[in-house]
Amino acid sequence: MKRPRIPTAWRFRFRAGVLIGVLCGLLGFALAVQVHSTQSSALPSARQEDLVRILDDLSAREDRLRTELAALQTARDRISSGSDRTVVALAEARKRSGELGVLAGTVPASGPGVVVTIGEGSRHVSSDVLLDALEEIRGAGAEAVQIDGTGASSVRVGAGTWFTDSGGNGVKIDGHALAGPYTFTAIGDGPTMAAALDIPGGVADTVRQVGGSLDVRQSRSVQVTALRALKAPQYARPTK
Amino acid sequence: MIGAAALVVGLVLGIVFRPTVPIGLQPYLPIAVVAALDAVFGGVRAALDGIFDDRVFVVSFVSNVLVAGLIVFLGDHLGVGAQLSTGVVVVLGIRIFGNVAAIRRHVFRA
Repeated sequence: MKRPRIPTAWRFRFRAGVLIGVLCGLLGFALAVQVHSTQSSALPSARQEDLVRILDDLSAREDRLRTELAALQTARDRISSGSDRTVVALAEARKRSGELGVLAGTVPASGPGVVVTIGEGSRHVSSDVLLDALEEIRGAGAEAVQIDGTGASSVRVGAGTWFTDSGGNGVKIDGHALAGPYTFTAIGDGPTMAAALDIPGGVADTVRQVGGSLDVRQSRSVQVTALRALKAPQYARPTK
Repeated sequence: MIGAAALVVGLVLGIVFRPTVPIGLQPYLPIAVVAALDAVFGGVRAALDGIFDDRVFVVSFVSNVLVAGLIVFLGDHLGVGAQLSTGVVVVLGIRIFGNVAAIRRHVFRA
């Protein structure tokens, strides 16, 4: 009875060995697979509540970042619109400064206008005639005027320009001694200014009465290049 | 010997084929692996003690894996899956440490 028992036990041992081998092989396989899947990504093997928690975290983070983004965008918009406004204001101020400079005589100007030449005859043209001529031109809308003559540099006409006779042969304009012939270069509406000088009993007649000549030449572009020194007001202050 | 060789073969197969874990098995596989490791260390210790039994090993291996999976399954359905898996891992870890300590005493006489 011993012989049949040994093969049975042997067979059982063999079967158990195979089973153990299969189980250990499965274990190794599962180990490798699990390690691999854990390394490749943590999310697929995470359980539901962990995923929910992760999702919550991400949502909260997203909310936070969105809030930050909105704040930053608002700040950016504010800054860019602010700089836009600054640029516009600067351009506006430059333009205004140029316009005021033309009126005050501190910047050169060019544009359509007239060149009026007053030639002297036997008698000198007195300063009041020149003043009359300037007043006519101004009254006709001249925006920038300069006066040339022989003997001194050009004089830019401003609000404080003054005329005086300087002894025998000439006038003083703003302290500059000038002698005829005088040339007024005025920027403005040419026909209007020409008509203003030419009215009967006006400047042209007066000049001719003293033996002089008055010539008006309209031009599409004249240059007023003489400048006035700007004096800071001593008493007057701008009021709002 | 058979077990060690089969373990190596399984590892190599798993590394070579790199299969993806099915969704349904994903929560259970790590726990099952740890439970199986516990059974393996228990088997090694028994072998060193001279009381290794094929039947006991196979049954303990299978039952370890099944019970661990069942606990995780229950935990997931009770809403305490994470905590229960942690508990299972802790218990199995303690057992593995105990078995390894016994093996160490056998191998190093210390």
